[in-house]
Amino acid sequence: MTLLKPAISRALGWVTLVALVVLALFGLWGAPPDSVQGDAQRLMYLHVPAAWIAYLAFGVTAISSALWLWPRTRSEVYDRVAGASAELGVIFTVLTLVLGSLWGRPVWGVWWAWDARLVTTAVLLFLYLGYLALRSVPASPDARAKRCAIAALIAFVDVPIVHFSVTWWRTLHQQATVFDPELKANIHGVMALTLWFGVLAFTLLYVYLLDRRYRLAVLEDDLDERELEHAIAERVAGAGTSVRMSRGDDADKVVADVTP
Amino acid sequence: MQPVVRLRSAVCLLGRFPALADVDLDVAEGEVVLLSGGNGAGKTTLLRLVAGLVPLHSGEAEVLGCDLTQDRRSHRRGLSLVGHETGCYDDLTVRENLRFAARAAGAEASAVDDVLERLGLAPLADSTHGRLSAGQRRRLALAVAIARTPRLLLLDEPHAGLDADGREVLDALLGQAANDGRTVLLASHELDRARALAGREVVLFAGQANGIPDARRREPAPK
Amino acid sequence: MNLVQEAALVAGKDLRIEARSRVTLQQVVPFGLVVLLLFAFALDPDRGILRRVAPGLFWVTVLLGALLAVSRSFAVEAENGASDALRLSGLDPAGVFLGKAAALAVELAVLETVLAVGVVVLFDVGIASIGPLVLATLAATVGIAATGTLYGVLASGLRVRETLVPMLLLPVVSPVLLGATRAWEAAIDGVPGDAWPWVGLLSIFAVLYVAVGMLAFGPLLEEA
Repeated sequence: MTLLKPAISRALGWVTLVALVVLALFGLWGAPPDSVQGDAQRLMYLHVPAAWIAYLAFGVTAISSALWLWPRTRSEVYDRVAGASAELGVIFTVLTLVLGSLWGRPVWGVWWAWDARLVTTAVLLFLYLGYLALRSVPASPDARAKRCAIAALIAFVDVPIVHFSVTWWRTLHQQATVFDPELKANIHGVMALTLWFGVLAFTLLYVYLLDRRYRLAVLEDDLDERELEHAIAERVAGAGTSVRMSRGDDADKVVADVTP
Repeated sequence: MQPVVRLRSAVCLLGRFPALADVDLDVAEGEVVLLSGGNGAGKTTLLRLVAGLVPLHSGEAEVLGCDLTQDRRSHRRGLSLVGHETGCYDDLTVRENLRFAARAAGAEASAVDDVLERLGLAPLADSTHGRLSAGQRRRLALAVAIARTPRLLLLDEPHAGLDADGREVLDALLGQAANDGRTVLLASHELDRARALAGREVVLFAGQANGIPDARRREPAPK
Repeated sequence: MNLVQEAALVAGKDLRIEARSRVTLQQVVPFGLVVLLLFAFALDPDRGILRRVAPGLFWVTVLLGALLAVSRSFAVEAENGASDALRLSGLDPAGVFLGKAAALAVELAVLETVLAVGVVVLFDVGIASIGPLVLATLAATVGIAATGTLYGVLASGLRVRETLVPMLLLPVVSPVLLGATRAWEAAIDGVPGDAWPWVGLLSIFAVLYVAVGMLAFGPLLEEA
């Protein structure tokens, strides 16, 4: 079972590739350099879309988790999507932070400044890592799904609070104008177009990767299912003759322990 | 009348291992049923399934009128499970632990002293749980079970670890429970003693049992 | 028994265990004081740094102490199959949550009181307006206790719980650290007006996670 039909998935893969190539072309040549920040600003075309996906992936994980928890919509599909989305989320979050750092270095002169959005994204990374750590704890699929789903929602509820508290905090410290904490650029025309295109390209990439990761999860679960059926069959077969004895007219006799 | 416990083709997993592979069981109100079988046969898992502590992988399970595939919590107030551990807190005294268990179950805390007497634990009432011997803890586990005044009593090898005195107490307790009309499901290796107490025996082997009473319901074995 | 009575029963049980075993008093509180001492070693006490960062150090230390207290709260349930007994007890899980969180909050309050004295004495901190300070501390403590109890039950029964709870809990309570520190700074500098927004944030966090805890504790206890 897959999220997208195989034909669509393949097509999506190609479209995504083309979109990313086009984005690279526009980002590196098509769009003009920023008047203040120069060429460094071009990293925005990757950084902002990456940040968008980082948060989108988290949202998907949270919604998936909620759907799994709701008895009427419970299905292993949502558990797998939640896990797959979280893995992608980590990748894009790290990407966001690294790109933010690379962008900030020429602009601020340091590798990291306590910009509100970067800090919130850093907290997001840790929330993700916690979720993935939970997912990797061995447990029965249902127990793991329930635990992870609840953990995802607990963390999700925290994100707006983190966002507000960090933003208040950083705006209180605006006096230090040497570090202008805003990683912004004056965006219009081609630059705006490129940025939105970047968001689109990254979204396509996310959907494509999500589908592929989902398929992998299905295969993993299939394997587990087969191992389980095998184990049950073995347990039943191992008791073969003895069980027949205990079910017949000798029901009142104690069955000797026959080692299977 | 509706059976207190009703299992059909129950499959129960411990992690990935099928602890119960195919179990049928009917227990009527007021019955005392012995669950026998070797180590690893699945007796403990069966009792925990009935208590609602482990989920059903497939099959049907109904206990005290509750469908365990839908809700395995609501029926717990009506039962007591005596397992291998006491479920008590090491830093609290025997009396404090009992009072906590009784009040949590909605039973009267004043009945605690009576239970202590019946189980011969009165002299230990103010000792902390951490200092009790294994046999004393067994008695405490039974005391906790009784203090909750359950309709269904689930006992997992209750004789283990008890001295001769303790066994007398346990047998008296089970006799009393049967008289009071409580249903008892008892897993034990002490087949002689247990068969004397039980009206029926169900044998569990490799996670399977066919424990539905029919024309072949057996009489207690002659001593 | 209604929810409040059940919570009182469980809280009473936890606090009685604490009174008997004195783990918070004899281990967690000294741990907190040692951490304050280490901060003094790490940051030079002679240059007024400690006084400036005292609120932050205080709350970081409280969080570290909370990790120990949470661990202890659920270690108690791990002995002798007490978790099973709690599940079988018939108590409403929301009541159990409130009880355990309340007991944890009381223990944290004791820790905070001692640390506050420590901070005032060791770091030479003067407090201008006590009102917002107390309210912020109250809200923060409830928030930490609620989330701590939530993650404690989530991880209980897992072999890796010792290392898992810290990494799960600390990012989630980071806003509490932020808010409580800012509120304390405002109270110490005598600008109480600055503290109130943070008290508001802390209160929202506390209410939110008490609610989440009441909902999620039951399902999580089943899996423990």
